[in-house]
Amino acid sequence: MTQSLVSVRDLKIGAKTDSGREVAIINGVSFDIAPGEIVALIGESGSGKTTIALSLMGHTRTGCAIHDGHIRIGTHDVTAMTERQRAGLRGTEVSYVPQSAAAAFNPSKRIMDQVVEITAIHDLMPRSKAEEKARGLFRALALPDPDTIGDRYPHQVSGGQLQRLSAAMALIGDPQLVIFDEPTTALDVTTQIEVLRAFRSVMDKGGMAGVYVSHDLAVVAQIADRIIVLRGGVVQEEGTTEQILTAPAHPYTRELLDAFEPVPHVPAPQVQAARPILQVDNLCAGYGVIRNGEPTAKVLQNVSLRLERGRNLGVIGESGSGKSTLARAIAGILPAYRGKMMLDGKELKPDLRHRTKDELRRTQIVFQLADTALNPAQSIETILARPLTFYHGMRGAERAGRVVELLDMVHLPAALRHRLPQELSGGQKQRVNLARALAAGPELILCDEITSALDTVVAAAILDLLKELQRELGLSYLFISHDLSTVEAICDEVLVMLKGRVVEALPAARMSADATHPYSRLLISSIPKLDTGWLKGLEQDPDLLAQFTNR
Amino acid sequence: MSMSRRIPTPARLGYSFNWVGRVGLAIILFWAVIAIIGPGITPYPPGEMADWDYFGPISEKFWMGSDYLGRDILSRVIMGARYTVGIALAAVALACTGGVILGMIAAVIGGWFDTILSRLLDAFNGIPHLLFGLVVVAAVGSSIPVLILTLAAMYLPGSYRFARALAVNVNTMDFVTVARARGERFGHIILREIFPNILGPVLADLGLRFVFIVLVLSGLSFLGLGVQPPNADWGALVRENIEGLSLGAPAVIFPSIAIASLTISVNMFIDNLPTRIRDRTE
Amino acid sequence: MLRSATTWLLVGQRLGIALITLIIVSFAVFFATELLPGDVAEVLLGQAATPEAVAGLRTAMGLDQPAIWRFLSWLGGLTTGDLGMSYVNKVSIADMLSGRLANSLRLAGIVTVICVPVALTLGILAAMWRGSWLDRTVSVATIAVISVPEFMVATLAVLIFAVWLGWLPALSYGVNVDSIGAMLRAYAMPVISLSFVVSAQMIRMTRAAVIETINTPYVEMALLKGASRSRMVLRHALPNALGPIANAVALSLSYLVGGVIIVETIFNYPGVAKLMVDAVSTRDLPLIQSCAMIFCLSYLLLITLADLIAILSNPRLRR
Repeated sequence: MTQSLVSVRDLKIGAKTDSGREVAIINGVSFDIAPGEIVALIGESGSGKTTIALSLMGHTRTGCAIHDGHIRIGTHDVTAMTERQRAGLRGTEVSYVPQSAAAAFNPSKRIMDQVVEITAIHDLMPRSKAEEKARGLFRALALPDPDTIGDRYPHQVSGGQLQRLSAAMALIGDPQLVIFDEPTTALDVTTQIEVLRAFRSVMDKGGMAGVYVSHDLAVVAQIADRIIVLRGGVVQEEGTTEQILTAPAHPYTRELLDAFEPVPHVPAPQVQAARPILQVDNLCAGYGVIRNGEPTAKVLQNVSLRLERGRNLGVIGESGSGKSTLARAIAGILPAYRGKMMLDGKELKPDLRHRTKDELRRTQIVFQLADTALNPAQSIETILARPLTFYHGMRGAERAGRVVELLDMVHLPAALRHRLPQELSGGQKQRVNLARALAAGPELILCDEITSALDTVVAAAILDLLKELQRELGLSYLFISHDLSTVEAICDEVLVMLKGRVVEALPAARMSADATHPYSRLLISSIPKLDTGWLKGLEQDPDLLAQFTNR
Repeated sequence: MSMSRRIPTPARLGYSFNWVGRVGLAIILFWAVIAIIGPGITPYPPGEMADWDYFGPISEKFWMGSDYLGRDILSRVIMGARYTVGIALAAVALACTGGVILGMIAAVIGGWFDTILSRLLDAFNGIPHLLFGLVVVAAVGSSIPVLILTLAAMYLPGSYRFARALAVNVNTMDFVTVARARGERFGHIILREIFPNILGPVLADLGLRFVFIVLVLSGLSFLGLGVQPPNADWGALVRENIEGLSLGAPAVIFPSIAIASLTISVNMFIDNLPTRIRDRTE
Repeated sequence: MLRSATTWLLVGQRLGIALITLIIVSFAVFFATELLPGDVAEVLLGQAATPEAVAGLRTAMGLDQPAIWRFLSWLGGLTTGDLGMSYVNKVSIADMLSGRLANSLRLAGIVTVICVPVALTLGILAAMWRGSWLDRTVSVATIAVISVPEFMVATLAVLIFAVWLGWLPALSYGVNVDSIGAMLRAYAMPVISLSFVVSAQMIRMTRAAVIETINTPYVEMALLKGASRSRMVLRHALPNALGPIANAVALSLSYLVGGVIIVETIFNYPGVAKLMVDAVSTRDLPLIQSCAMIFCLSYLLLITLADLIAILSNPRLRR
């Protein structure tokens, strides 16, 4: 049996909280990595995956420290080394590809200077050779203009290119182990494919070992040989990718997999309503100074849609497609400059300041980031009580009772109402967000990417809650997301948006099969599936790619 | 669970408060108390020439020595606390109240009001503070109300800029958008959404401005343009007794120490404010 | 390193604002001094202040013309270098000022030359080794100096160097400046006092600027590439911190304008500030106005310079 390249034994990392208490972040983790093998660390936020990955370089975040355990990379005992010796390892034996390439590149230095810096720090080779090697790596990573891209500054290249450049930066020192820290999380689905392919080919060719940190099982299935599932700093399960995906043993792993394959939505029995709850005709909206009745930056162009009572409409698109702008235009936050909107047959004024209180009450909007959507200076009780007073004039005991009812509707304990938002978890905050929307007694709820910032398991629970509330209260949702599987789980119909226009409208169930517009097909085909052979077998028309993505 | 009374220490309230902050707070409270009960505890009436010697050293009868006329420095320092602390407090309250209110309104309304007000108050940036105080006070006289108003006018633009920046930041948060989308009006947004979220930093800024005002006030008094004789704030005390400097008299040193203790302790307190212990045990 | 059109636009805007501020400030200075109590003509004539004499003198001095007219002619005079005549000394203000201005500038110049290297080094070192004993000592010392009034720093300096140690004379001028040694000793006290105050500000602001650059993710990335601490600061953090540091230096130097008033008064140093404080007590209007304008101008210059540096060094505005 060949000796493993990396061996971690009984690693324990702890941190000190504000009150001086010692908290264990990693609780006795052990694993091996064979040479040339790519191991994925999967888990939700707080599981400790990034902490473990960084500790392989002997680096801990401020406030954290390695308390116990043993890390060996090749012949080096990382835990026993001094900081200086560890610095010698970084870039030469182990290197790091960060999550946000934009934050890892110095905006005032040229790309080439930064890519070859590792060779300068460790004195590995003369500058001209380093530059040659860099260009070779650019070619291997399928970057455009490999000979000249190094002369540019970071803000002059796109996100996907920057991410591949940071991989080149990590590979220039010929390390034995490369750590990928959620490198594609911030990218659009269509860009992600390109980057994943590039990583995969370069790792296969170089025969390097790798650690891939992610929360996305489907992405990891394309690139990892083995998967380690983490939760709360403890290993839940470990096995080959095939085995984990097809026959998971641990209940937590099964929970993760279930969250990935959401139950397709079963539309509610048709309520015969005379009018659609929301009808939008040729809506145009934008930002900037208004000249000749039109703003300088036009975002939405002639968007039309129709949402029947009791049904759900999904809007998907990538960043820059205008989907969030659509929600804001409908809510009146960003007044549209042309087009008509009708709520239950009555026309809505474009600016919310001109709408009646009743119209405002019937349409509620829920935002993505619960952190900024709840006022940190107000208790949950105050946050929920305000719409009750504002719309329904409730006070005193009646209002307090209704607050408890609302919390119950979203499955939160009544005792939570005395807490401040900072004391709640992400999922709890999003539930409070929903409860606040429900407090008004709306008929239509605009959900602006409400699950995008949540872990998959928590997000799945929120989706279940939404469906339950719809059944009980007869609500209709306009559900905006960039994630097709989420939308398929809850919506009846789906709109696909690109650059401010609606390019396709389909029933959700037929989305994958019957999409006709080339962009929709590209989008659907770009979504990773829980199948290890998916990336290899993926064929996408390069012309389409060039047309629709920013490579 | 016993029903015994428990003193709410910072730790029990969920706050951690280190010793530097505690010392700072203690000194501030000390001077605040002295400023209030001042006349009651002076060992000698402040104007009385109690000592035969002038610039007398520290002794049992005169804990801080005597000044250039033979008056007890300790009594004059205690009385001076009223002027220094009182004037500075009044000025900073005016400056910060005005600045914060204008700043919040400008941040929410935006548009012309914001631009004109910001440009106007920015112009005040071009005048060094001591100079401004010098010229105005020399022109209009050094009565207490004039001092308070001048100092407040000097520091209002800074408070405005700070509060406005904070308010603009809060204004972009989603919860303010949610309130607007609900149909909330201007007043509610300012009072219930924005103000509670800027209160913390604004109070810290108030503390810092208090320190600046104490320093400028002392500087003005030192130049003879602040509190006029026979009354004296601490800066004026230094001015009166400056000849004793070459003699190394305590008369010059103690008023300076008083000023320094006040300003340093406010700085210590602000830099080490009690922070809420964020210990999420789910 | 081309600059985009936006940068030049911002620079132009900032200069425009400075110009407008200058006009507003000159307005304020002029009218504030107009408010000074006491009729100038009466004061000047003293015993001989009969109503006719006062009226005659007022007409001769042009004091009976409307205020706006006088303001504009004064402003015009300033730009051509004609500062008028001092009421008290009956000599041209420009002559009075030139010598004194040179003195004050000399003092400011010496302080700048001493402060900038010392403060920058200490500030950068303190930021580099944040939390170490060096950093803590420096932080405590600078906070102490900034927190106390300038006259206290000056009086402490006098106490320590003149009274207790006896190395230097307590008052600076009035001593015959015939040898380098005497000159050094004459200057030492004001320079020491001012240097402490200005350096403290500069150290604090430099340290904050460098720490902010060190905390950016791309500088942290350098550590993850195996760079040593000093390489990380010198090669990655400092180049990006140059703009904020230059800004800090310019802002700290603007504190000289206030500090110099106190220091010249304490040490009887014959500079512009002492001239102005004396002029206030003798109600010498034109002199007060001219001195005030000099101060405001230099203050405005430094602050505008600081802002311009901040604009020009902003990496986001690069083409």
